[in-house]
Amino acid sequence: MNEIFMITPLLIISGGILLSLIVEMFYKKSEIILPWLSIAIFISAAYYSLLTAYREGVVFNSMLAVGGLVHIFYFIFNFGAAIVVLLSIDHIKKVGIYFGEFYILMQSAVLGMMFLSGAKDLVMVFIGLEQMSVCFYILTGFNRKRSSSNEAALKYFLLGAFASGFVVYGMALIYGAVGSLSIPSVSFYLINQSPSIIFIVGLLLFIIGFSFKIAAVPFHMWVPDVYQGAPTTVTAFMSTGGKAAAFSALLVVLVPVFSNLAKNNFIPLLSVLAVITMLYGSIVAIAQIDLKRMLAYSSIAHAGYMIIGLAAGNQNGVTGIVFYLAAYTFMNLGAFGVISMVEAKDNSHVDLQSYTGLAAKYPLLAAMLTIFMFALAGIPPFAGFFGKYFVFISAIEANLTWLAIIGVISSAISAYFYLRVVVVMYFKSTDSPIDVEPSYYALLGIFISALLVLVMGLFPNSIIQLISFFVG
Amino acid sequence: MIPIEFYLVLSAFMFITGVVGVLTRKNAIIVFMSIELMLNAANLSFVTFSSFLGNNIGQLFVFFVMTVAAAESAVGLAIIIALFRNKLTINIDEINVLKW
Repeated sequence: MNEIFMITPLLIISGGILLSLIVEMFYKKSEIILPWLSIAIFISAAYYSLLTAYREGVVFNSMLAVGGLVHIFYFIFNFGAAIVVLLSIDHIKKVGIYFGEFYILMQSAVLGMMFLSGAKDLVMVFIGLEQMSVCFYILTGFNRKRSSSNEAALKYFLLGAFASGFVVYGMALIYGAVGSLSIPSVSFYLINQSPSIIFIVGLLLFIIGFSFKIAAVPFHMWVPDVYQGAPTTVTAFMSTGGKAAAFSALLVVLVPVFSNLAKNNFIPLLSVLAVITMLYGSIVAIAQIDLKRMLAYSSIAHAGYMIIGLAAGNQNGVTGIVFYLAAYTFMNLGAFGVISMVEAKDNSHVDLQSYTGLAAKYPLLAAMLTIFMFALAGIPPFAGFFGKYFVFISAIEANLTWLAIIGVISSAISAYFYLRVVVVMYFKSTDSPIDVEPSYYALLGIFISALLVLVMGLFPNSIIQLISFFVG
Repeated sequence: MIPIEFYLVLSAFMFITGVVGVLTRKNAIIVFMSIELMLNAANLSFVTFSSFLGNNIGQLFVFFVMTVAAAESAVGLAIIIALFRNKLTINIDEINVLKW
């Protein structure tokens, strides 16, 4: 009975999915009621996650961890998803995909993310990963009449399934070496003996598979196409929640493994991965004129910064990654929210040209986008700055100062393309600025994101203390 | 008794065949079949290890992989059909509205 109370957030989402399916079946206009039902489900799950975060433990024959850091992740996923619902209400009507199923798939994806972040067993990692990914494949191709959406879905599906193949094969080899799939027994195996070659190969395949999911170079080729082709609010969802979930799984698996492994074998690998990922993302983003594509490359670069924390592997690194993921979630949601509002019916007006003179006609929208661009570029006092700061500090503590220096250089490069958007909005004028359909729900979502980005930037210490209390 | 290495080499061979198929083939369905081959290679490894280690967690995992693969193929084939209706092709080289 006690276990039932410990998994309240999971039960809320699971029950919510069933309830939404029933509503969808019996109520003809489910697309009107489902967004509000979803928001209620997400907010209550987020609320209960924080409320019960102090009760740490494992449930279901130690398959799943609850409480502590896991619940912080639950909060990020659920609150982020609630904001995505707000952004989607008017957007999916505008682009012609006004169906209730959209929200049910989102709930299902969130459930997958929650399994992924709480996993204590590689079976759970696999199930969570696939549940999340399959929902994302469908959501990406949701606009089935538009060929760019189909194409993005196909590319995402083929490369996502390809990556899953690597993950599963890696798990098979790890199982062969360890004789068990539970993560504690994997780290116990490493205490007692030096890892066999089968284990090393398995772990490498596992890391390669997850590098696809977190969009690290050289496994990033799907990201720009998928982010560009998917409906904009879906892009917002998978670039934040999906990435946070994949990173949480990497933390869950790699941190206990690395703490017992001869770390020196993997630090160079992760460092190289971090360097090429952030430099590639920052440099290629300069050449992009499509804002969704630009943010896709920016998301690659941000994955690189987060891998720095993983390479450092100390407690500050983990805390930094969690803070960074929370900050990245809200600033990216806001940025994509503004893009989804400016986007026209036929999916045009996502290029930089369309934003010319936006500040004169829609000062509020331009101001919001400016906040998010500053935050993504890592300019204080917004949340993005402290995300990078904590990750770089952890690298310096782990004697990886050179990695932190390259990180700083890379974020200096990236400031160019973020600030270019601001320059185009404020300092260029045009005779025919574009029209934006007002959407008050989306504006509300953008406001909440902006508020969180500001709060996280102004009071980073209290949030870091909260996170490190649960990490330690 | 056949030694474990035989099974593992066969499984590795299947996996590599799958990877090469994904990277070289141009037909979306064949790429998809290659991915299934990769998953089945993992299944073979799981069953082998399970049998040789004498615990059944690996066999259990195989059922999860099969279920997930079935769900994935349902979604994947639906995506391929939706694409075929719009573009009348499933050749990956001709699917290029977005640049790779």
